[in-house]
Amino acid sequence: MRKVITLCSCFMLVLLAGCSQPPKPSNKLHLWHWMTDRNDTFLKLAQEYKQETGIKVSIQLFAPSDSYSQKVIAAAQADVLPDIYGILDKKSIVADFIKAGLVADLTDAMDADGGSWKNSLFDKGLADKSFEAGNIYGVKPGIYGVPIDVTNEQMLYNKKLLSKAGINAPPKTFDEFIKDAQALRRVGITPFVSGWGELWLLDCFASNYAFNIMGEEKIFATYRGKVKYTDPDWIKVFNIFTELRDKGVLIDGIVTKGNKYAEQDFALERAAFAFNGSWCVNVYHNMNPNLDYGVMPPPPISSAYPLKIWGSAGSSFVVNAGSPNKDKAIAFLKWLTAKKQQVVLAQETNNLPSNKEALSVISPILEEFARGMDQSTHPNIWPLNEDPSVSEAFDKGIQDIIIGEKTPLQVAQDVQEVKDRQMAKGNYSR
Amino acid sequence: MNSKVKATAILKDNLQNFFFVLPAFAIFCIFYIYPFYKMINLSFYDWRGIGPMHFIGLANYKELMSDHLWWNSIWHAGYITLIALTFQNVLAFALALACDREIRLKRFYRAVFFIPPVLSEVVVGLIWNWILNPQMQNGQYIGLLNHFLYTSGFPQLVHNWLGDPKTALTTIAIVHSWKGFGWGFIIFLAGLQTIDKQLYEAAKVDGASAWKTLTNFTIPMMLPVILVVVILTILGSMQVFVLIIAMVNEGLVNHTDVPVTRIFSAMQNVNRFGYACAEAVIFGMILVCVSFIMKKLSDKAKQA
Repeated sequence: MRKVITLCSCFMLVLLAGCSQPPKPSNKLHLWHWMTDRNDTFLKLAQEYKQETGIKVSIQLFAPSDSYSQKVIAAAQADVLPDIYGILDKKSIVADFIKAGLVADLTDAMDADGGSWKNSLFDKGLADKSFEAGNIYGVKPGIYGVPIDVTNEQMLYNKKLLSKAGINAPPKTFDEFIKDAQALRRVGITPFVSGWGELWLLDCFASNYAFNIMGEEKIFATYRGKVKYTDPDWIKVFNIFTELRDKGVLIDGIVTKGNKYAEQDFALERAAFAFNGSWCVNVYHNMNPNLDYGVMPPPPISSAYPLKIWGSAGSSFVVNAGSPNKDKAIAFLKWLTAKKQQVVLAQETNNLPSNKEALSVISPILEEFARGMDQSTHPNIWPLNEDPSVSEAFDKGIQDIIIGEKTPLQVAQDVQEVKDRQMAKGNYSR
Repeated sequence: MNSKVKATAILKDNLQNFFFVLPAFAIFCIFYIYPFYKMINLSFYDWRGIGPMHFIGLANYKELMSDHLWWNSIWHAGYITLIALTFQNVLAFALALACDREIRLKRFYRAVFFIPPVLSEVVVGLIWNWILNPQMQNGQYIGLLNHFLYTSGFPQLVHNWLGDPKTALTTIAIVHSWKGFGWGFIIFLAGLQTIDKQLYEAAKVDGASAWKTLTNFTIPMMLPVILVVVILTILGSMQVFVLIIAMVNEGLVNHTDVPVTRIFSAMQNVNRFGYACAEAVIFGMILVCVSFIMKKLSDKAKQA
């Protein structure tokens, strides 16, 4: 009997061990991330940081990003977040994390020494996790995240395939793009590929043209419910996809294609144009080091408003506000985004550095991407975002157009129906 | 005095039993009962995964009742299950019958038929994505299936199998059946091997044809096993998820949605944890009902 009680007591002790006391300040920082391609470099830099400061940084990789995101939310619910982590969700969720006291305000650290840290970083990278005064989320204005790199999504063209079709320069307008695509089709080359099985990428492409056709005020007015999706300008946006479909621009099966497959198609020269983010430089290099390609913004369809591309922090880290090592975590992030470390990250991972001073060392193709940052925007820096249910209906509606099941008008009506329903529930935007 | 000693012994015995059961009970409560309770509880809230929770009563369930995408996803899962119940199980049964006979290389076949279930669903999805690839490069189809159809004189059958709403769900269902038939095969084979071979010989002596032996003898004897396989097939097919994600990502519009992808989407894409929990509760209830009906049928079959 005594043995049984002892065994059971041990078991209960093991169970109760989970309910441990809050961690105390230490010389060890815990960092969670999702970036498979950057893990080795992070580990190397953490080693250097330990040699310089004596502080050990434990880097833990949780991939893919969907699983990482779920893990962070679960850890937030259980209050077991690490010292440094990333929030991959929408701005409204970032706001919820901040309001729940899970993210430290970094404004003071950024502004210290005349704002030297802040000034060294790309504004658009910082804006990703910053909140302005009077923001709709009710978050105290400030900077809450540190961009490790910046990224933007643009179009890429394969120089060899274009020249096979007699095209000497990339298209400057949407009409030229359609003509080039038809020329490519005539010589048996698939014109365009993208991972539109991933809705965000499709949403990104569509929103680039929405900015071009109607400008940001009208887009935001739509999100506020003041303009309907059945407005002629939105129909024009949907019509782009009808034209891409009817003119044979798109690769077969684009609506179920994951971006990994799309990247493979472009790297293996199965398509002449692609729509992808700047991280693709590293991906293409690994798949086909001899790929000869260039970068261009999506060709505008209208001259009414400038075409905007999505660009912001590629990956950002935040500091756990409840961490006993908060100051050490901030110091580490400051070190990680200093020029020297950013050069290492840019050179080893082929990503755009978040530190402007590190731009001097990047490859010519990344430089082309970097030039796009000037015309970039991003949902995370908009004053408001569309309700996620409406966005889902919008993106799935475009898929419907591409597979020829619905007309732009039908899709616009469907999206507006979802919008009306959400408005009636008070969820006009987040 | 004696009765006091006896009572103490009984108490000691009961306590001992209780302590033996305690670890299992604690694990069951922590990993099953509490999450189950929490899921039901959350289904009454509007919650985005973090931040404040708003109690909204039955509003999530009310919305779910009129959510045609949700009910379509149930129908899609039902369709996949129907194909699995027929195509997958008939194939598994036929192959089990073949391997139960004295044929050459039967051990080899057994191993081969069990390879698909051993593979991860992600791997199966990736392999079939390549097989079904609709693209062409240098005038040749990249996907094995379309390449085969084209080169063997059936160019009219070349198709974008996963990109066409008319074929996407059926294609997924067939791949799912291909992946799953090995389980049914093994269970059927185990069942067939329990049947006394002398009974077959007796039937043969009585002049029963192979078909009559199968329908009047083998299938009735196998009924309890068949019902087990049917229940497992229903539960496995209704919850298909990874294969769909691996084959069509976030789906071909909503044509490949199944309940689990809808639940995942409600959590991941639109951050509606309460709604996702309500979906999970309803889906769980459907599965419990189906299992209960099948159990009743199984009991009746055993009695017969």
